[in-house]
Amino acid sequence: MATEAQAISSDWGGGVLPYRVGHRKLGMWLFIMSDSLTFSALLIGYAYLRASNAWPTPFKFYPSIIFSSVMTLVLLSSSLTMVMAVSASSRKQRSKARNWIIATAVLGATFIVLHAIEWKHLIDEGLSPFRLPHEWAEKWPGSTPLFGATFFGITGMHMFHVATGCIYLLVVAGRVNKLKHEDVEISGLYWHFVDLVWMFVFPMIYLLSIDFK
Amino acid sequence: MTAPAAADTEHFAGSLKLFLSVWFWLLALTAFEVFLGYVHLPVVYMLVILMGASIIKAALIVAYFMHLRFERLSLVLTIVPALVICICLMLLVFFPDSFRARDMRYQGPAQPTADSH
Repeated sequence: MATEAQAISSDWGGGVLPYRVGHRKLGMWLFIMSDSLTFSALLIGYAYLRASNAWPTPFKFYPSIIFSSVMTLVLLSSSLTMVMAVSASSRKQRSKARNWIIATAVLGATFIVLHAIEWKHLIDEGLSPFRLPHEWAEKWPGSTPLFGATFFGITGMHMFHVATGCIYLLVVAGRVNKLKHEDVEISGLYWHFVDLVWMFVFPMIYLLSIDFK
Repeated sequence: MTAPAAADTEHFAGSLKLFLSVWFWLLALTAFEVFLGYVHLPVVYMLVILMGASIIKAALIVAYFMHLRFERLSLVLTIVPALVICICLMLLVFFPDSFRARDMRYQGPAQPTADSH
């Protein structure tokens, strides 16, 4: 009889939350699933274009690869500070959690500033979503202006997610005393997702287009 | 219908040591990837190794930072197979089709053949 009671109180026996997570957290997981499919569509489209067209490989070690490596370091560190924030929140240390969340948002803002500087380097060289700079068209003959479209499209979409995430985190940090621990966890899930996308964007866009000449 | 709050138990939160070591491995994998870029590996090897390393990094982040390792298996099975199928779709359908598209590209006017008639 005891085992029967246990069986009924299993995950699917009714009377418990599905997957044993709250509905808000499940909603965030579902959003993350759908957003990762969006980024997958963008990245797979980019990969398809890349494999079937002549593609410029213009990223020199300085400044592009150095900048983007530092950006990766910044984003990974922001994931660490977010994990510390969730950990502090689980121990009910609200002001510590708030400080860690603000640190995460500051690192995210650093990422955006560095990325904007990186964009400016490329735009000054003459790259636009519809056109390659003349020097590139000569250096990599026949290469497609889709480089600009995919670069700005994918990194711009990611930057948008980082910026939205920073605002979300600052709101959570401001309201941390009124929010539950679960809400801090949920904002953490979103932030780690943003970092995860960058783990794919950085190699596929930067490291595969290094200029060795 | 609503379970008691205690059912959403205080699952293992993860120690500082665990988080720091995951972070360290993420940095190490990233440094390895940049190093591969530096030594100018051929593109195909680069692609395979980078995708493999990125998937490992993603798995680390999802499992430990997003805490999925300590959630119920049912949630893991809801999330992970969809992403695996997505990756297989890319590798088995889209990459081969992109090579087909590349090979169908116009190569320029046909060159006269070498043999003299």
